[in-house]
Amino acid sequence: MTTMTRPRRSQLHRKEHQAALAFVAIPVIGFLLFTLFPLLFSVYASFTNWNGISAPVFKGLDNYTKMFGDRYFLQSLWNTLYMMIGIPIGLVISLGLALAMNRKMRGTTFFRTVYYLPVISSIAAVAILWQWAFNGDFGLINQGLALVGIDGPNWLQDTATVKPALIIMAIWKGLGYSMLLYLAALQSVPRYLYEAAALDGATAWQQFRHITIPMVRPVTFFLIVTSIIGGSQIFVEINIMTPTGGPEFQSASIVWYIWQKAFDNLQMGYASAMSVVLGLLVFVITFIQFRLNRRNQFSID
Amino acid sequence: MSAQNVLTTPPLEPSQEFPGGAGDSRPSASRTGGSRSTKDTLRVGNVLTTLILSVGAIVMIAPLAWTFSTSLKTKDGVFELPPQWIPDPFVWENYARIWTAGPLLTGIQNSLIVACSVTIVGSLTSALAAFAFAKMRMPFKNVLFLGLLSGLMIPFPTLMIPQFTIFASIGWVDTLLPLIVPGLFGNIIMIFFLRQFLNSIPDSIVEAARIDGASYLQIFRTLILPAIRPALAAQFILWFMAMWNDYLAPIIYLNSPGTQTLQLVIANFNAQYAIQTDYPLIMAASFVALLPVLIVFVVFQRQIIESIALSGSKG
Repeated sequence: MTTMTRPRRSQLHRKEHQAALAFVAIPVIGFLLFTLFPLLFSVYASFTNWNGISAPVFKGLDNYTKMFGDRYFLQSLWNTLYMMIGIPIGLVISLGLALAMNRKMRGTTFFRTVYYLPVISSIAAVAILWQWAFNGDFGLINQGLALVGIDGPNWLQDTATVKPALIIMAIWKGLGYSMLLYLAALQSVPRYLYEAAALDGATAWQQFRHITIPMVRPVTFFLIVTSIIGGSQIFVEINIMTPTGGPEFQSASIVWYIWQKAFDNLQMGYASAMSVVLGLLVFVITFIQFRLNRRNQFSID
Repeated sequence: MSAQNVLTTPPLEPSQEFPGGAGDSRPSASRTGGSRSTKDTLRVGNVLTTLILSVGAIVMIAPLAWTFSTSLKTKDGVFELPPQWIPDPFVWENYARIWTAGPLLTGIQNSLIVACSVTIVGSLTSALAAFAFAKMRMPFKNVLFLGLLSGLMIPFPTLMIPQFTIFASIGWVDTLLPLIVPGLFGNIIMIFFLRQFLNSIPDSIVEAARIDGASYLQIFRTLILPAIRPALAAQFILWFMAMWNDYLAPIIYLNSPGTQTLQLVIANFNAQYAIQTDYPLIMAASFVALLPVLIVFVVFQRQIIESIALSGSKG
């Protein structure tokens, strides 16, 4: 009996294996062609002098040492980090919004839709309309400020205001996303926690501080990490709103500088080195997220 | 396959379905007879909250409304002080002018070609792979899956230079192919979520169908596809919107007006007509670019919002 079933079963298994491998083959090939190979090539190219046309010439660590003496690279790195100030501000506002929408009242669905509209809007169109809104003389922002008697600056041309302008826009665009995730998290907080706390005489603030904040911590963490990853790759707004990198290079981001070096100046080796640094940065942040969130992860069977 | 791919690694424990807006997690009015005063404070709180949310909503919607308003003004009307929120006169001609002022129509066509071909074919390949990862036995399954997932950690800018030179070497620059072809191979995020979704479906239905002699492709078509349809639809819409709104990949590959996607076309409108201060024209074109996604969102907002809330909070 067993000698009969054994080969049959393994044959069945083999068929299943073949079918399954065929099904996953396409994404795996895509991964090898468009992710793994370019990644390895990027790393290789980062050690070379390469203009994208003739063959790369190996230069060792030259690009990396050059990078940290490059004023523009350091400035774009600083600009990118600076613009992340918007992340905590956005998170606080969106948690507040989520708390407000978590109340039992009319109109929350409507509000949710309205606050979410910027998230799904095309970033190119959004950048164009904010560039117009930040116009020094006729823009929406300065006209709003004029109502309260403030003479607004020429936002995007002024070294002091160009980064805050981009931060304001990024907060506006991202608010709906984090609000939505917070709202989902708030709705899964068991009510009995609040009821028990209320019975023990905890004030609303204490309940917020000791129940709500800890219960939404995973979402906060997730949002911080994804925002940092997204923020480190900020490009479209910069490219459209400040095509030359802003006044005195004050708004150029890392990706903007990589893009300019690679496709305008054809310094592809140097640009690759910067892109590898960016990739490492993102990898480290993601890795920390995976480590810290390990127990919350999906299970691999 | 854009940089935003990284943005959806899920962190949380699976908790609870996302109910559409209801559910009050605050301590409700205490059970001591639902006294009048607590009810009143609750109502006052609601009014105050609505007020604050309304002010916020106006701030959120103002730039979009301002775009639309500007798009209906005359060239000089935009410089009027105090600003007019309701244009006088309404210049609907701006929406006629945009079609001849730049390659807007070909931009829409190109965007449609890219977004449709990628999402339709890519969803199919992703769904097949998700089926195999969730329901089939295969050597090195977890290694392959984790390998694919690790791809999410690599930002697009790190890959774009070699990708560009690869496509340049086969003469694909300034065609839509570099935007389409990588997407046809599927989307790791989609595979991930469909696999998660399939985990909630019992293995026994696949096994039963196998015993009845159905092939794996038949099982996929008749059992799996109908079962994953809601998840597939939501992921499809999200992917479509991401492709439609993509900017970095198109700006790298496309330079002639005939091949540019809609987002590039409006960016060029912006650069070109700002010098002539033709803001109504720019805003009309931008509004046209915004509109399709806004409509899709308003129509499918329940599915979209639920799947985003889940993607962030459910692993």
